[in-house]
Amino acid sequence: MALSKKSKTAFTDPLMSNNPISLQVLGICSALAVTTKLDTAVVMSFAVIAVLSVSNTVISILRKMIPAKVRIIVQLSVIASMVILTDMVLKAFFYDISKQLSVFVALIITNCIIMGRAEAFAMQNGPGRSLLDGLGNGLGYGLILIGVAFFRELLGFGTIYNRQVIPESFYQAGYENMGLMVLSPGAFIILGLIVWAQRIIGKVEEE
Amino acid sequence: MEHYISLITKAVFIENILLAYFLGMCSFLAISKKVDASIGLGLAVTFVLTITAPTNWFIYTFLIGDGALAWANLPEINLSFLKPIVFIAVIAAMVQLVEMVIDRFSPALYQNLGIFLPLIAVNCSILGGSLFLVEREYTLLESTVFGFGSGLGWFLAIIAMASIRYRLRYSNVPLKLRGIGITMLLTGLLSIAFMSFGGIQL
Repeated sequence: MALSKKSKTAFTDPLMSNNPISLQVLGICSALAVTTKLDTAVVMSFAVIAVLSVSNTVISILRKMIPAKVRIIVQLSVIASMVILTDMVLKAFFYDISKQLSVFVALIITNCIIMGRAEAFAMQNGPGRSLLDGLGNGLGYGLILIGVAFFRELLGFGTIYNRQVIPESFYQAGYENMGLMVLSPGAFIILGLIVWAQRIIGKVEEE
Repeated sequence: MEHYISLITKAVFIENILLAYFLGMCSFLAISKKVDASIGLGLAVTFVLTITAPTNWFIYTFLIGDGALAWANLPEINLSFLKPIVFIAVIAAMVQLVEMVIDRFSPALYQNLGIFLPLIAVNCSILGGSLFLVEREYTLLESTVFGFGSGLGWFLAIIAMASIRYRLRYSNVPLKLRGIGITMLLTGLLSIAFMSFGGIQL
């Protein structure tokens, strides 16, 4: 099945030129707390991709049946059910990581990306295109999350995906892990710099 | 008494819900452009957190927690998997209720707070506060104090950021860094400043 151009942009736009975190400024809440290490960031990204694409599809299928007045609460309950499912899957198969993610999996419910996409895209478009839009936005979110986690883990622990990458000789020569990166300010600063870099490369004009 | 003072200090300064747990960032970034709006939203968040924290404590302890239905002779039932969906529903309902009460009794306050109240239902700091109080096994009074403290912390952080951004107008920020970029960097610095409260024992 060949994809129409519009479906394609629904998928590719959010990856770079209209990234949900760095350009639409949505869903930062949960993005930063889980990025001290790559493994939690990767699991969190998959959780968000799953919730976002499924909830987008379901809401898009239901869009003609949802009365406009109560649409927010309907969207919230669809999203919350997906989040509960995801939480249970994580608890069953990735228990250690789900312990580290603690409340942040449940907080996917209030992640503005998911509500935002449901409201802005899934309510107007068909299920197929909404699924692509959900996948694209989820991946765009994941890209930034993994980018932030990469730098924080590298600079803060000297590891990548729990493997030591900074050689021992560096430490003997006086190199030290940057404790600040593990703490919350590190996340804000790295994300600020990523946004800056992306705006320079992407040639986005600030309003 | 000291216990509660220490809890509130911890919630406001040391474990600030915005600067240490990153909750409520979306509205923080969007609203901190204006000082007036920041004060309004900050007050509304504090207010809603203070009332939703004890409400959700009641719901969790007597309805959906492990063995919470013991009073109805159903001690083996554990509905805690429903926690996220029940909490968000309670928060949305409370926000609606508060909006109606304020509208009825204080039109002046409604004028100031009214437009922010619907925004709050999807503010992660409210849901986050309720989830934290379950995870940390607070008592009723502790939950209320924690809710109030978290709200106050959020209020302080957004006012500080709004004031900084107000002053920033006169600075020559690099073109591509304007807007969210510089705000994130500033939040980082603000977060470092709040961290200096860490280690204070009361």
